[in-house]
Amino acid sequence: MAEITFNDIIKPENLAYKKSRLMTDNILSYCPGCGHGTAHQVLAEVLEEENLQERTIGITPVGCSVLMYNYIDVDFQEAAHGRAPALATAVKRLMPDKFVFTYQGDGDLAAIGTAETIHTCNRGENILMLFINNGIYGMTGGQMAPTTLPGMKSSTSPYGRDVSMMGSPIKMADIVAMLPGTCYVTRQSVNTAGGVRKLKRALKKAVQYQNEKRGTCFIEVVSNCPSGWKMTPVESNKWMEEHMFPFYPLGDIKVPAE
Amino acid sequence: MAKIKGAVVVDRERCKGCEVCVVTCPTETLALATEVNSKGYHYCYPANPEACIGCSNCAVVCPDGCITVYKVKIG
Amino acid sequence: MEKELRLMKGNEAVAEAAIRAGADGYFGYPITPQSEILEYLMEANPQATTGMVVLQAESEVAAINMVYGGASCGKKVMTSSSSPGISLKQEGITYIAGAELPCLIVNVVRGGPGLGTIQPAQSDYFQATKGGGHGDYHLLVLAPASVQEMADFVELGFDLAFKYRNPVMILSDGAIGQMMEKVWLKPQKKRSEEILPWATTGKPATRERNIITSLDLDPGRQEHFNLKLIAKYREMEEKEVRFEEFMTDDAEYIFVAYGTSARLCQKALQLARAEGIKAGLLRPITLFPFPKKRLNELAASVKGMLAVEMSAGQMVEDVMLSVCGKTRVSHYGRMGGMIPTPEEVLENLKSFIKG
Repeated sequence: MAEITFNDIIKPENLAYKKSRLMTDNILSYCPGCGHGTAHQVLAEVLEEENLQERTIGITPVGCSVLMYNYIDVDFQEAAHGRAPALATAVKRLMPDKFVFTYQGDGDLAAIGTAETIHTCNRGENILMLFINNGIYGMTGGQMAPTTLPGMKSSTSPYGRDVSMMGSPIKMADIVAMLPGTCYVTRQSVNTAGGVRKLKRALKKAVQYQNEKRGTCFIEVVSNCPSGWKMTPVESNKWMEEHMFPFYPLGDIKVPAE
Repeated sequence: MAKIKGAVVVDRERCKGCEVCVVTCPTETLALATEVNSKGYHYCYPANPEACIGCSNCAVVCPDGCITVYKVKIG
Repeated sequence: MEKELRLMKGNEAVAEAAIRAGADGYFGYPITPQSEILEYLMEANPQATTGMVVLQAESEVAAINMVYGGASCGKKVMTSSSSPGISLKQEGITYIAGAELPCLIVNVVRGGPGLGTIQPAQSDYFQATKGGGHGDYHLLVLAPASVQEMADFVELGFDLAFKYRNPVMILSDGAIGQMMEKVWLKPQKKRSEEILPWATTGKPATRERNIITSLDLDPGRQEHFNLKLIAKYREMEEKEVRFEEFMTDDAEYIFVAYGTSARLCQKALQLARAEGIKAGLLRPITLFPFPKKRLNELAASVKGMLAVEMSAGQMVEDVMLSVCGKTRVSHYGRMGGMIPTPEEVLENLKSFIKG
């Protein structure tokens, strides 16, 4: 048998993976190795595969992902810092047949927007809340976040987070899981292919639950911030596995009764 | 025995050289180039293309959507 | 529902008028003296009849951001509050102005600063007309002086908001909100089913995605946007100035007053005329755009203007800017929830005349 060449394989019929058509060609503004990009891709894939482009409204936060609307080809609203769940509440109530998601970082969702987060989940708004937790304020240059680990250094905790002064990191997923309004709460990651595939399954469940009007779906993605953590992307992922995952364990926290 | 053979195509200009794909690849197909792209990043490329099994792990973890994967069954 | 005459509180009139105007959503938070708006809507339960969404938010901040989300979908949405709550809403209001979204905001003003009092005041004039939040923007501000106008300005406010894609504020006060008067209510309008081309309603294959944002990191483009806003405000100044005049034809002295103050100035004007003082009244109905041109014209023929406000003197600055020094301008005001009597306004006019 003749040896098969590289060019023999690269044919449309042999395609195994390409970026979702819902990802635009704009170069993402994120730093090299940042989990935001991966989270965007997998979200776009799910929106594409579930045929949701025509009925999706996304709400972007203030933070690194403020410009998310440049990257995924669906209608977007850009919220004030922390307020995405309030916007989403109104959008979903006014247009119940749309697919509505928010996308927020830890400063946005777990500090300035805590009230909106809690009450949106408590009302059980039929939306998907995507929470990217990298334990730091990335866009403003690496300040301490509500989710910064104990002892972790940041530009506003230069000697490490002192929990006696600054409190302990807040576990938002565990908090909202206690509220009757949430139907599905899970914590996932995007640093490995396996992790991304699990996140994709979680996103598909969230789509299903939103279609079934079962309440708020809350998906936390524990992610990295190579620039803010002052590490290479590969080092940051290793550090995340060693330090973030023990504090923020991956897996389902709340699943709906079948 | 059937064997899967894969091929990866990297959009060098989109690549930021984060290396996440390189460490994810189970067959050490990928590496960072010594040359840089127009943004100054050491872009990723299939340094060992023969090894590719088309698993797509590299493309799935790529934050910048730079990688397209093809695969065929042979034998 | 047909056209109907009812005896209502100003706050209730706002709520009923909103339902009848075909509003899509109301998002509020309780605060005195305007809680009747939310209470009335909850009791009326328009979701079951017109489909209008009514929601009590967890805070004023959340409520205005719900308005932002709803307005981004091209829906007819509104909120209401009173002064301290309106301060909390300012962040959302500047985003709404910056994203060029239509919405209606009702402020039933109480005395301040701070927690102040729950009694009526007009001390939020600067906040309402000069921006209120950060950045260069204006609301279009309507000042009702009766329960009838509380009702009428809801539909007018929505119309203007959509015409200019700009937030509109009804600047009322605790007296107008709480007083009962007869009010003609308009027949029920159907809620609009039109999908606006700029609205985020899900991207069909036939158009580019719609993005609602107030962000532009490019200085040139941001300045261009600021210029566009300015042009919009200039157009409002050309086309939307509304005011009412009483006995200004032969007036030597003119009261300038809006809302509750305008009502008591009408009485003070009668008292002045009875004493042979040729007094008149100009009542601005739009506070932004302000009736600058008309005041400037009147300034040429009068001996002075007295701005009467329930504040330390806020609108009086716009009166001064309008007349450009052509005539004397002074201010009389009460604060802290005190409402001046027509008699004390007259006394003040007399001392103003003496100079």
